[in-house]
Order: sequence, then structure tokens, then C-alpha cells
Amino acid sequence: MAQKVYAGKTISVTDDGYLTDPNQWTKDIAVEIAKEEGIELTDKHFAVIEYIREKTLKGDALTIRTIGKSDVIDTKGFYELFPGAPLKKASRIAGIAKPTSCV
Amino acid sequence: MKKIVILGAGTGGTIMANKLRKALERDEWSITVVDKDPNHYYQPGFLFIPFGIYNKYDVIKPKASFIPAGVKFIINEIERVEPDKSTVYLTNGQILEYDFLIVSTGTHIKPDETPGLLGREWRKSIFDFYTHEGAVALHHFLKTWEGGDMVINIAELPFKCPVAPLEFAFLADEFFVKKGIREKVNIYYTTPLSGAFTKPKSSKMLGELLKEKNIHIIPDFYLERVDDENKKIISFDGREVKFDLLSVIPVNMGADWVARSGMGDDMNYIATDKYTLRADKWENIFVIGDASNIPTSKAGSVAHFSSDVVFENLMAAIEERPLIARFDGHSNCYIETGFGKGSLIDFNYETEPLPGTYPLPGIGPFGLLSNTRINHYGKVMFRWIYWHLLLKGRELPLESQMTMAGKEF
Repeated sequence: MAQKVYAGKTISVTDDGYLTDPNQWTKDIAVEIAKEEGIELTDKHFAVIEYIREKTLKGDALTIRTIGKSDVIDTKGFYELFPGAPLKKASRIAGIAKPTSCV
Repeated sequence: MKKIVILGAGTGGTIMANKLRKALERDEWSITVVDKDPNHYYQPGFLFIPFGIYNKYDVIKPKASFIPAGVKFIINEIERVEPDKSTVYLTNGQILEYDFLIVSTGTHIKPDETPGLLGREWRKSIFDFYTHEGAVALHHFLKTWEGGDMVINIAELPFKCPVAPLEFAFLADEFFVKKGIREKVNIYYTTPLSGAFTKPKSSKMLGELLKEKNIHIIPDFYLERVDDENKKIISFDGREVKFDLLSVIPVNMGADWVARSGMGDDMNYIATDKYTLRADKWENIFVIGDASNIPTSKAGSVAHFSSDVVFENLMAAIEERPLIARFDGHSNCYIETGFGKGSLIDFNYETEPLPGTYPLPGIGPFGLLSNTRINHYGKVMFRWIYWHLLLKGRELPLESQMTMAGKEF
């Protein structure tokens, strides 16, 4: 466990840099985490991030496929917004736990 | 007369039919099992068919031989379930009402979920080994194949038996070495995971084995489509891998009737309490094995280990007692690593696969996360155990709950 300062607030994060408490998340924090990932957030990014937050906090486990099938974005677009590892990056920016693949 | 209906007579459903028939009075409880396929496939054996280690008859027996006397067995497709009416509708018009329902219809490959996969190259240079037909077709192809780029691809997570594609890679390496064409074959392992496997310790061990055997891993590769004209697979981030032979694990999804009944998530898995194994939404439905959404491996060992919990909790529900049995997510997989050796992993919801000995602490005979001959024999012997003991719900000398004894951490 570590502490980091985002948008002037001290936030506790995991060793991988994921927020430990999704309730500490704000849009300003998201912008700063996104910068660390090399991403400049747009409204499109925020639409996806809010969808991910809403679903996850409701208890749904998300996969790239389920997000790609949602009305918010398709898989290709998801990769374009968060290149490389979209679910991991988007989850980190959305202030939720690191996605686990249940194998 | 009260009624239990079991949907699916694979590993989980068959074990439950056997356990329940022994425990429940025949004049009080009727038990009915429904499955669309008269054959029981020993699915771990599919892996060996492409390489001629098992033939196509080694893995099939009639399902009816494993259903105990006093249980009604119906071979028919399920149309849908109306859980709020506790009723099952079959495609032949038959209607089954139930007091308790056990869902054990598993997970299945869905090649049609990936564009281009079912095109002109399907079963010509593209094969799956997760079905009997696919494994047999690949066996015929490999007999005369002279080499080239063999690409293994995992299309989506989760999928059944997460170590099977690794085992396939190891056995393919051995097969080509023995055939004298290994230097003419490049093996590529493309996976949506960030490494050989999910959990750090086993991923490292298995990743090193891949390297040792000159199998190239291409991680974080999430399959978008297959270009069957140019024989390439293409990921969502635009990477392309050429193949002469593609061995694919297509997208896995739960049974179609789950979707028709509106009972599942996007992948047709039923939301299930990971500890009690009761469906989240319906008090008289239990889900065993791959059909549920619990966060552990989709594997026969999980169905087997969880059968004690489903049995305990179903009996509790029948007697209107609280459900106190809790499943720990225990999973256990032999991993064939080629040339007569094997490895073994044992883990649950909380504990990743660790090195050590199994099942007897300090003694074994099997070594966890090690690569030994005895582990391979364990896998070979297991087919006999599966047919003769496990399906019939007999006691095995294995704990259903995972234990830390014998593990090094």
C-alpha cells in the first residue's frame, strides 16, 4: 500500500497504482492518473469511465467483450481510447480495483 | 412427490444425480436429468487426440451408464426455463416442474463470435480441440502436415480448462520433435493474458517452460477477427500474426437456453453466490461447474470439489436449514508438459498456485509446480478414476477444501 498525491489530495493506492477506495475518486484525479498513462481525457473517455464505474460499483465484473457490447463504445474504439491494455488502464483511471481474470 | 430436475449430465450433473439419489427417499423425491447428448465425453482426453495418444473412442461412453437407477434420464434439448414458475420447457414440448433445479449445462465454444473463424479455413487449417470433432479433424491434419507456422490462440477469457492450451503447446513440441520436423515448425502462443498464465508464480514457471521449448509467447493479444484469405489473425490493436495452422480456443459461453431464459449475463453464465453456490436470484436453483459466474477456473475439478457444497446446501434448503457449507474456489489441474512429464497446480479463490507436494504434505507423490514423471502418470491414471469413481460420486482420497499443508509460501 502506498500514498500518492493526486489533484492536491492524498490518496491511498495499491502497489500497481490502483485506488484502494473508489469513493475517493474525482474527475480531477482521473485526469492526473490518465496523464501518467499518457492519455489526455476527452468526453468520450469520461463516458466510458463513468460506465465502468457504475457497472463495477453495482458489483458486475466487466470484460473487454462486455464493454465492447455495451451502448457506450465498441471494442475497437475502447482500444483506441486506452491503447494496449484498455481494461487495465481504464479501470485504473476510473479509480476501481485492478481487473482480475478468473482463470 | 417432490421433484428435483438436473439440467446437464456432464461431470457436475452426473455427480449430483448419484449423490442425491443415495440421500433422498425414492418415494418422496423424483430426480430427473436432462441432456441433449447421449454421449459422455471425457473432456480432458480431447487434448491427446490430435497427437494420436488417445483415439476417438477412448473418450466416449454412454451417459446413461453413469445415471443411477431410480433417476429419470431424458435426452432432449432444453428450450427454456421459467424460474419464477419453477418450470423447464424442452424443445419436444415436454414440461418439467421442479421444487429444486440444479444447473450444470457448462460452457461451450462459440466460434461464430469471432468474424472469419468459421470461414473457408475452418477445420481445413483452423481447428479447435475443445470438441470431439475438432480434435479428431486436427489429428487427421497433423498426420500429413510438413511444418510451417503453428499459431495457438485463446480468443477470450474465461475459457474452460485454462491450462489446456499450454499443454497443447508442450505436446505439439514433443510431437514435432519425434516426427523429426520440429525445426520446420514455429510455434506461437497468442493470449489475451499478460503472460503464460494468470497468477504470478505459475505464470513464471510455465513461461520459462515455453521459452525452454522454443515456443514464442505473444501476450496481451485480444483476437478481433481472422483473415482467412491471407491466413492471419488480427488483434483489436491491429497486430497481425500469420499462420499455416491455427489451433484456436474460441470464445466460450454458457448454454443457449440460459440466454433464451434471460437468466444469464452477457456470456450466458448464471450469477451465483461463490460460497453457497445458490443462484443469486432464485432460492430453489443451484449452479454447479462451468455454468456459473463464480471467480475460479472453469474445470472438471471445480465441479467435482464443489459437488460436496452443492449437495450439503441443497439438503439444507430441502430441510429449511440455513446454507452453511461454503465453497472455497478449490481447483486442481494436471499440466502435461511433454516427453512423459507433467506439472500440477492446486489453488482457490484466495491462494494462487504454490510449489509443494500433493495430496500428502511433504510426501506427495505429486509435486506442485514442479515438472516430474509421476505428475504425468497422475494424469494418465486419472481417466480411470474419472469413469469409475468420480462420476459416481464415490469418495476420493482428496479433500474438497484446499489445504495449505504441503505448500511452500
